[in-house]
Amino acid sequence: MFLEIITPDKKVFSGKVKLVQLPGSKGKFEILRNHAPIISTLGEGVVKVVDEEGEELLFEIDGGVIENKANKIIVLVESA
Amino acid sequence: MAGLKEIRIRIASVKTTRQVTSAMKMVSAAKLKKAQDAILQIRPYAEKLHHILTSLTASLDNVEESLYTQPRDEKKVLIILITSNRGLCGGFNSNISKKAVDLAKTKYANQLNSGDVDFLTIGKQGVRFLKHAQMNVAGEENSIFDNLTFENVSTIASNVMRSYAEGSYDCIELVYNQFKNAAMQILTSEKYLPVEMGQEEEDEYGNHDFNYIYEPSKEYIIQELIPRSLKIQFYKALLDSHAAEHGARMTAMHQATDNATEIMGELTLQYNKARQASITNEILEITAGAEALKG
Repeated sequence: MFLEIITPDKKVFSGKVKLVQLPGSKGKFEILRNHAPIISTLGEGVVKVVDEEGEELLFEIDGGVIENKANKIIVLVESA
Repeated sequence: MAGLKEIRIRIASVKTTRQVTSAMKMVSAAKLKKAQDAILQIRPYAEKLHHILTSLTASLDNVEESLYTQPRDEKKVLIILITSNRGLCGGFNSNISKKAVDLAKTKYANQLNSGDVDFLTIGKQGVRFLKHAQMNVAGEENSIFDNLTFENVSTIASNVMRSYAEGSYDCIELVYNQFKNAAMQILTSEKYLPVEMGQEEEDEYGNHDFNYIYEPSKEYIIQELIPRSLKIQFYKALLDSHAAEHGARMTAMHQATDNATEIMGELTLQYNKARQASITNEILEITAGAEALKG
């Protein structure tokens, strides 16, 4: 599963991951492999990423949007 | 042949001009670097956002769900022209202004005849050109380049979006120089509002429908995303134009410096020839005098 986290200023993260946890507008949710296609807006909170080596990464965001399609995840946030 | 003194004065003046142009080139090169970084960083974000919006709108059944996507009769047209505040950057400003006027005269000829084409200019050079072309300048936003931040730009973008929402304009075009590289600008005109709906895209298996899950709801996401995308689009256009301006100025100043160097070479040659001629003359006079004395 390939994840990109992008802000207007820079690309914050780009790489293969095992798990992404996101603060959706309606509540937290997780994306694992072969998740159904989803587009969702994000609220304020923390994005948790677990990469291939099992290492945990945290990004604080204050809102954005996410698209997941065929194991490609794009997270667009205002700031991270 | 001009006298020695005149040539010397001309050489001095060309030299100072060259100093100015080469200093301006240096300044532009430094500013270009910064502006270029900014535009290159925002491009992936803008593209991805546009991509999401396209896949979203493509799956929409009726387009009338959002105010900004609904096409109307194009009665009142606003053309936003992005130029620079300062000149001395080659054809940068005049090319883009000409393009904007052409757009008004061809695509919106009917509206122009009935006086329904307004211009919003960003950059003083555009104002001058449009007034000269006797176009109707409805507004100016020239101070934005002093402090080009997303907050400032989104204020202007919001104003533009509001005037569209309130029905002051039915169609808004954005005309600006897109930055390609330091020597190249692409004249760009794109429809800002109404937002053009995306075509359905196919994935590698030829599937149209991804059956997205929408959280919290399709309508909510569209309400959220369209204004954001519009602001980003506006910001990107400004950054593009800003980087293009410095690129154009750098190229123009580079050429000016080269020309000055060439002229200086010619003048120096001329000066040396004139000096040589006067020395030869003097020697001739002396030897002629000596010959005459020998008798």
